[in-house]
Amino acid sequence: MFVELNNLLNTNPDRAEQGKLTLLCDAKTDGSFLVHHFLSFYLKANCKVCFVALFQSFSHYNIVGQKLGVNLTVARERGQLVFLEGLKSAVDVFFQTQEEPHPLQFLREANAGNLKPLFEFVREALKPVDGGEARWTYPVLLVDDLSVLLSLGVGAVAVLDFIHYCRATVCWELKGNMVILVHDSGDVEDEENDILLNGVSHQSHLILRAEGLATGFCRDVHGQLRILWRRPSQPTAQRDQSLTYQYKIQDKSVSFFAKGMSPAVL
Amino acid sequence: MLDSLLSLGGLVLLRDSVEWEGRSLLKALVKKSALCGEQVHILGCEVSEEEFREGFDSDINNRLVYHDFFRDPLNWSKTEEALPGGPLGALRAICKRTDPGPVTIALDSLSWLLLHLPCTTLCQALHAVSHQDSCPGDSSPVGKVSVLGLLHEELHGPGPVGALSSLAQTEVTLGGRKGQASAHILCRRPRQRPTDQTQWFSILPDFSLDLQEGPSVESQPCSDPHIPPVDPTTHLTFNLHLSKKEREARDSLILPFQFSSEKQQALLRPRPGQATSHIFYEPDAYDDLDQEDPDDDLDI
Repeated sequence: MFVELNNLLNTNPDRAEQGKLTLLCDAKTDGSFLVHHFLSFYLKANCKVCFVALFQSFSHYNIVGQKLGVNLTVARERGQLVFLEGLKSAVDVFFQTQEEPHPLQFLREANAGNLKPLFEFVREALKPVDGGEARWTYPVLLVDDLSVLLSLGVGAVAVLDFIHYCRATVCWELKGNMVILVHDSGDVEDEENDILLNGVSHQSHLILRAEGLATGFCRDVHGQLRILWRRPSQPTAQRDQSLTYQYKIQDKSVSFFAKGMSPAVL
Repeated sequence: MLDSLLSLGGLVLLRDSVEWEGRSLLKALVKKSALCGEQVHILGCEVSEEEFREGFDSDINNRLVYHDFFRDPLNWSKTEEALPGGPLGALRAICKRTDPGPVTIALDSLSWLLLHLPCTTLCQALHAVSHQDSCPGDSSPVGKVSVLGLLHEELHGPGPVGALSSLAQTEVTLGGRKGQASAHILCRRPRQRPTDQTQWFSILPDFSLDLQEGPSVESQPCSDPHIPPVDPTTHLTFNLHLSKKEREARDSLILPFQFSSEKQQALLRPRPGQATSHIFYEPDAYDDLDQEDPDDDLDI
């Protein structure tokens, strides 16, 4: 969890808002540092986290998580973290016996229909346990990342329906949060990705967009972060809800500064 | 003109974008209809009923009929709660009502319907709904039907958006500048020229519309009145200023190529002490000496 990013977003693990969908999007750079931030943020907030990790392996997230002060192996054993490792379980679809539909069942189908089995997996993972006292504060769904589903053959509307159902269950019914990462390829030909990105943008309450610098790679400034707040519960008179910062990623933290104010330049 | 959008009836298209969202304007127009005593139906596909009703007080909420397509629109939970016929079935059922009186239908959102239904089906249904009051041969008088559709522009190609736009009597495109929202309203009245107008507005916390003048002219991004203009001649190592005597001497200086009357007299009058100069010329063999003066005909 990056403390500077918490300050920019005016939040901390003890008093985060609930029922919100946060969209992480990256263009011409790698925005996965935001995924690691939110994973460690919600684990420290004592939330029950369901992580649909389609992009990297469990050990990758574990190594980075340890630098940020969370241990994913322990969290998984305690039952706080439910981890769907896409890279490993994609193979299980073919070699496992078919009792109930596998979350990644769409890989077997010639015509990838809908993501209902994946939604059922998420709902099962995050539903409150009856009969026991509430160990966790609220449920959180983390997805890294949604563009992988498009490249696996699922249609953009099917992915949007999956997000819709997750939002209805996680955000509205269970009063939890969702954090989704979508890549912005910037490619004008990729209409499906544009529909997906815009569709999720319209549903989200907070958009964090990490962009590479327009002038290219720089050693001291790794990129620019645009923060856009949307859908406040009460309409505010002033609609100035967007901020832009530049950042540099270090080994265990990320430092943020106003545009042009990098310490290397001053 | 923004507050009289619904008086014309027909389809009103609210086109919004990620940066300038349109749901608050939709809710403000719904509140206006409810306060006018109309019956208001909401086809809610994108937000939950609680979220849509939030911010309205109870007498408005009592007038709103919410058709919930948010919780389980595709019937994945396989329960009997799903409304039969889907959103279009609900739309047709609203129009088959027997009581006369104006009705407002809010579609939240038209984008959801366009992504899940064929464009032609949706356009036919909207045409049937919004032109119902001009349908001849119907014995029972039907009141005016207004349909408010929220459309997220970036999600659709130009074809479907163009088709919906041609069906609409009024199109409102949301935009803005520097934190101030604006609505560009294009209105097509029958047998009249389409009119367009831009209206700056804001939505108050109780979802009433506040019409405003645009952002003030002084607040242009180039000039900032809070920063005083910087004088570049301060803090220099050399002197750029002139004293009074230096300024007078500079002003009285005659430039070398400026032809004034004094200079003319000085040139014409030979200077004393200077002998006139002679030119000694030895003509060559090739020279053509013409005694006639070629400048004789000039009148100086």
